[in-house]
Amino acid sequence: MENREKKVLVIGVIGADVHAVGNKILYHAFTEAGFEVVNLGVMVSQEEYIAAAIESNADAIVVSSLYGQGELDCRGLREKCDEAGLKGIPLVVGGNIVIGKQKFEDVEKRFHDMGFDRAFPPGTSPETTIEALRELLHMEG
Amino acid sequence: MKPILLIDFGSTYTKVTAVDVEAEVILGTAQSFTTIQTDINDGLNGALKLLEAKTGHLQYEKCYACSSAAGGLRMVTSGLVPELTSEAAKLASLGAGAKVVGLYSFQLTEDDLQNIQALKPDIFLLVGGTDGGNTECILHNARMLATLPPKFPIIIAGNRTAARECARILKDHPVHVCPNVMPKFGVLNIEPTQQKIRQIFLDRIVQAKGLSKATALLDDILMPTPSAVLQAMELLSKGTEEESGIGDLVAVDVGGATTDVYSMADGMPQGMNTVYKGIPEPFAKRTVEGDIGMRYSIRGIVEAAGIRRIASMAGLSEDRAEELVTYLSQNTDRVPDGDSELTALDYALASCAVETAVARHAGTMEETYTLMGLTYVQSGKNLTHVKQIIVTGGSLIHTENTEKIARHAQYSPAQPASLRPKAADVWVDRTYILAAMGLLSAHYPNVALRIMKKELEKHGYSE
Ligand code: B12
Repeated sequence: MENREKKVLVIGVIGADVHAVGNKILYHAFTEAGFEVVNLGVMVSQEEYIAAAIESNADAIVVSSLYGQGELDCRGLREKCDEAGLKGIPLVVGGNIVIGKQKFEDVEKRFHDMGFDRAFPPGTSPETTIEALRELLHMEG
Repeated sequence: MKPILLIDFGSTYTKVTAVDVEAEVILGTAQSFTTIQTDINDGLNGALKLLEAKTGHLQYEKCYACSSAAGGLRMVTSGLVPELTSEAAKLASLGAGAKVVGLYSFQLTEDDLQNIQALKPDIFLLVGGTDGGNTECILHNARMLATLPPKFPIIIAGNRTAARECARILKDHPVHVCPNVMPKFGVLNIEPTQQKIRQIFLDRIVQAKGLSKATALLDDILMPTPSAVLQAMELLSKGTEEESGIGDLVAVDVGGATTDVYSMADGMPQGMNTVYKGIPEPFAKRTVEGDIGMRYSIRGIVEAAGIRRIASMAGLSEDRAEELVTYLSQNTDRVPDGDSELTALDYALASCAVETAVARHAGTMEETYTLMGLTYVQSGKNLTHVKQIIVTGGSLIHTENTEKIARHAQYSPAQPASLRPKAADVWVDRTYILAAMGLLSAHYPNVALRIMKKELEKHGYSE
């Protein structure tokens, strides 16, 4: 089918978070890497990710959180996706998802338990992110 | 002299306007009851006779018409997510001058199909999915619609990947394929669909509604009346190369059954620390409040504003106000006619109708305290900077309170989140010429614009 060779990512910065720079960089990096990107910008609610993912038949939702409240904001997203018929859609999160110096393994585990497929530590580069997404979405190259 | 005749076949009245496009003046206006059940020409001829009594016999060079008779252009839409493609379908339909009598999201059910059949739409608009996005929903809905008898045309304007397949599924129905109303997330492309709606109106609906008998007289364009008004408003706002417009505006038409609101403004966020949410709305936007009207929908006004507020604005006791509301809902052609209680009540009702309808049309600004302090989240159009308000409709024209009523379209400290005009001029369409000027604008935009600027009566300015 036309238009559908590209994998579709829905991206945005969750909650009341206004850190806009990283989001713009990721949008360009993902587009450059051959993804179709639906960018919701900053201050994105869980419902907005879901609505956009439904309409665009997205292959993954990429959540950014920079201001330290990520854990609170991300809670329940997986359950809402299930409810909305987005069963099994890959959910990934990154940025500065929690406050202060915590062991990232613990953080990662908590996000896994919340239904996220992958959680990334601070400072993860766009290249690493793209690689991980390719792997997660079973893309070659 | 070059006289042109403009006709508006309304649901109740057939209104005729004679214009001399050389002298750029209105020669006269007249109206008579619309006679759709028997022969539409009876009402038209009645109106023309009254007009001729005012203007003398005229040899019209051209004759153009619009219509909202026989229920207007009734549409049902179905999309996927309510705030996204379903909203896009609604904006497209309203902007084409239609009345949206049914609005569905997600997958249609058997019960929905029964309702749709009972609604007997003139056109069905089937959308859903961005291009390359979800196809499941629109295909399901096409299959559901295919089980209905082919009584109405279906416009397919969803995910382009599924368009052909939908057309095949609906092969026994009159279908029209248009570009997606929302090709990408947050991007609207509603004009092609609106053009198709107008074309179907012209080709099929005019006949079905018994209007074709009158078409012998007409030269060109027969469009839904709201579509003509929308064109007039866009012209008045933007102007032409030769004649400047009046800039961004909001127009309100309070009717007996519905209240229409138009805005001509970009309305996107102005402040740096404002985040926009939801789909961007079109420059020329129309909304219709089906539950807000002075007689048939009088209950809706009371529900929205509360009887206490209406009674106090009218200076009546709550019991008396309630009594009169019931009376008016049963006597829908009753006008105040000098009765002081009814005049006061109509003032309160019209004010609340304007306030409710414009508040629903305009966007909202929410303040959220983030860790950094105050941030603003805007959804819908910001109309606070709009400096022109145009009002029309019987209850606003035939009263001395026009300006006071119209002021309710403005920003109010009681509803600080509602992004309505902060300070504005009020213009009144006393002679009811907006639809006629919309028709005229297709061929004589400069003339139509200059006549509107002359004819609309301007009330005071408030800062
Ligand atoms: C600029 C800035 C601001 C600006 C933002 C302006 C704007 N509109 O963009 C302002 C002043 C508004 C601001 C406010 C706040 N900020 Co600030 N801010 C910063 C700062 C200095 C830079 C952010 C930036 O633009 N970086 C550059 C971009 C390119 O990097 P990035 O955003 O991190 O994004 C990259 C990666 O994180 C990654 N990434 C992003 N998303 C994802 C997703 C996935 C899945 C993956 C794999 C990777 C990934 O890829 C991106 C591109 O390379 C950082 C400190 C820092 N040096 O990072 C603090 C920082 C983010 N802010 C912080 C804080 C606490 C705040 C405030 C709460 C209070 C405050 N101290 O002012 C408020 C919160 C406001 C709100 N509601 O969001 C903390 C967050 C602490 C935490 N999470 O533990 C930081 C880390 C500073 C610090 N060390 O304390 N901030």
